[in-house]
Amino acid sequence: MNGVFDLAGTDGLGPVVVPDEEPVFRADWERAVFPMFAMCFRAGFFGVDQFRHGIELIDPAVYLKSPYYEHWIHTVEHFGEALGKLDIAELDRRTEHYLANPDAPLPEHADDPDLLAFVEAVVPAGAPAKRESDKVASFKVGDIVRVDRSAPKGHTRRARYVRGAVGEVVLHHGPMIYPDTAGNGLGENPEHVYTVRFSAEELWGAEHAEPNQSVYFDVWDPYLELVTEHTHRTEGAPA
Amino acid sequence: MSAVTRTQEEIAARVKALESMLIEQGVMTTQAIDRMVEIYENEVGPQLGAQVVVRAWTDPAFRARLVADASEACQELGISGLQGEDMVVVENTDTVHNIIVCTLCSCYPWPVLGLPPNWYKDPQYRAAITREPRKVLRESFGFTVPDEVEVRVWDSSSEMRYWVLPQRPAGTEGWSEEQLLALVTRDAMIGVGPVGAVA
Repeated sequence: MNGVFDLAGTDGLGPVVVPDEEPVFRADWERAVFPMFAMCFRAGFFGVDQFRHGIELIDPAVYLKSPYYEHWIHTVEHFGEALGKLDIAELDRRTEHYLANPDAPLPEHADDPDLLAFVEAVVPAGAPAKRESDKVASFKVGDIVRVDRSAPKGHTRRARYVRGAVGEVVLHHGPMIYPDTAGNGLGENPEHVYTVRFSAEELWGAEHAEPNQSVYFDVWDPYLELVTEHTHRTEGAPA
Repeated sequence: MSAVTRTQEEIAARVKALESMLIEQGVMTTQAIDRMVEIYENEVGPQLGAQVVVRAWTDPAFRARLVADASEACQELGISGLQGEDMVVVENTDTVHNIIVCTLCSCYPWPVLGLPPNWYKDPQYRAAITREPRKVLRESFGFTVPDEVEVRVWDSSSEMRYWVLPQRPAGTEGWSEEQLLALVTRDAMIGVGPVGAVA
């Protein structure tokens, strides 16, 4: 979908503000939100691509103005409600309760050794997105390609600033989960992933680009169309 | 809560309400929450990436393995995991300076750098770094990359996770591992800052 989250090249947002020191979590509530990604993933709320799409669906003004981890609350609520796992009216009632009684305790509960073991295991193991596939790669390193101009309405990683742009395939990573289906609840459908190099002049125009700059952007096979196939020239032959 | 932005108190109450429902469903426990937070506050952070960089500076064979397959090489040092399942290290040279970003969300190589700083996830950095990286580095980070050095901005749009192998500074021949570790900053591995100054 075209949305404000697709930020590359947006002007007028002001300077990047870099504090001298910053804790990993700036508020206690951030400590409770951060583990929701892994634990709600384990509970079947979403995959990582759906998780991202839930954030993309946030009201654009809220997206731009809210603290980062608040985005995560929105996507947990979005999928919790859609899957019938969260009653939002009940969530609203509890929110009022904790707003009036910030120190009221959480429900009493027992430890869960399996959940703790999941945390200890998933942090070092991760959840790889590479997949086996018998799909043949349509492109190879050295090919000149163009990103297609289509603007899908659901989740996609076709950022607007590379659509229609021509670049060179510089890395081929093999098949990985395809966000354009996985992020829309349509299955993994692995596709080959490539890194494409775009010159800044290609993306922004020679007049507006900084000198001597390029962008490396990852794309899935269906995003690309071939412009010029790379051919290995015989040594000594004219280029 | 009809305003665009909620107060910290309103967010905290919303989170506690959500947490209470997820606890009742058995999705979360406070014990598991505390452990996950402890890992990313105290155990997984840029000190791990610095170990990898120093090893690459001092062991050419390791450096070659790191550049060929960063995830596999990091595993030799016991470094792996979430949001770094497939990592690529991009090398700075005399002619190339690399910077990482995620313009669409907040992708970042957790196993070597920990969780990202807020400015990395803020709209300002994500908007500007692909368009005017030299200006962002100069104005927000006080770091100038000469025009003759190519700037490559790696936008982490897939599950590949990129991070920067900075150059070993001149004048550090014979330095101990400890001395070298102190030079490797998080910002140098993002590409927005230099390695520490050689005193």
